[in-house]
Amino acid sequence: MTVDWCDKCEELMQPYLDGQLSDAEVAEAKHHLDLCSWCAKRYHFEERLRHFVRVAVSEPMRPELKAKLAALRTPLI
Amino acid sequence: MRPVVVEQVARVAVGMSESPPTTADTRRLAEEARARVRFEEEALELSDQVYRVARRLAGSREEAEDLVQQTYERAFRSWKQYTAGTNLRAWLLRILTNLNIDRGRRQQRAPQTTPLENEAGDYFLYNKLESQTPGENPDEERVLERLSQDSIVDALSDVPHDFRDVVVLVDIGEFSYADAAQILDIPVGTVMSRLHRGRRILKKNLADKAVPA
Repeated sequence: MTVDWCDKCEELMQPYLDGQLSDAEVAEAKHHLDLCSWCAKRYHFEERLRHFVRVAVSEPMRPELKAKLAALRTPLI
Repeated sequence: MRPVVVEQVARVAVGMSESPPTTADTRRLAEEARARVRFEEEALELSDQVYRVARRLAGSREEAEDLVQQTYERAFRSWKQYTAGTNLRAWLLRILTNLNIDRGRRQQRAPQTTPLENEAGDYFLYNKLESQTPGENPDEERVLERLSQDSIVDALSDVPHDFRDVVVLVDIGEFSYADAAQILDIPVGTVMSRLHRGRRILKKNLADKAVPA
């Protein structure tokens, strides 16, 4: 029974964190997460991972490109 | 007689009857110029965010820079097609992804392989990292620290582009499903399924790159 619920929570994790589940499904998932720290840990990790990925792959634009873009503006007369 | 008729027709054609055409024309042109300047300023304010997404949609920094520059050139040329008050960032990204798709189709004719072999469950990465983290029952932060920035960049660039485009728009660019669907011209349901599979492929790639301590 417990194993089945962990599998189900794994399936529900992405739509749960994206806010895409029905109220009933959210309640089901929450009920299991309150009881199962093994799954709760994995949900928390997923949230942190998404943030971590966003920061890790963000590369600032070079000032040269910024200047080139600014130069594309219509000149003011 | 004739010149008068011609003048009347001309006035009707420019939409005015009594006032001298030049005044209204000047006013209209000045208004248009102001709207154009406003559009260009707003678009430029978004350039950092546009670049951040472009950098991960494209394969290299050079490609991303070309794409962003072409996007702004095209946007400034066709600025009248933008409806004021709608999502300008999504409008710019739509131009950018179209340019990227044109370029990709030119460079890479081979179809994307179905990444079935790259699929694993959503807990797979955590399970693998946790098993490699020293100590009893490590917390999530220590598990997360096992991932390097380089490994994340590589793992993302190895996600097949149909899936990567959606992951980049939603998880990096923070676009809604609806905006991502509009930008890529695909149904919202396809955005969701590609997003879920794309994230799993990304995590599988990360797990493959993770080396035991």
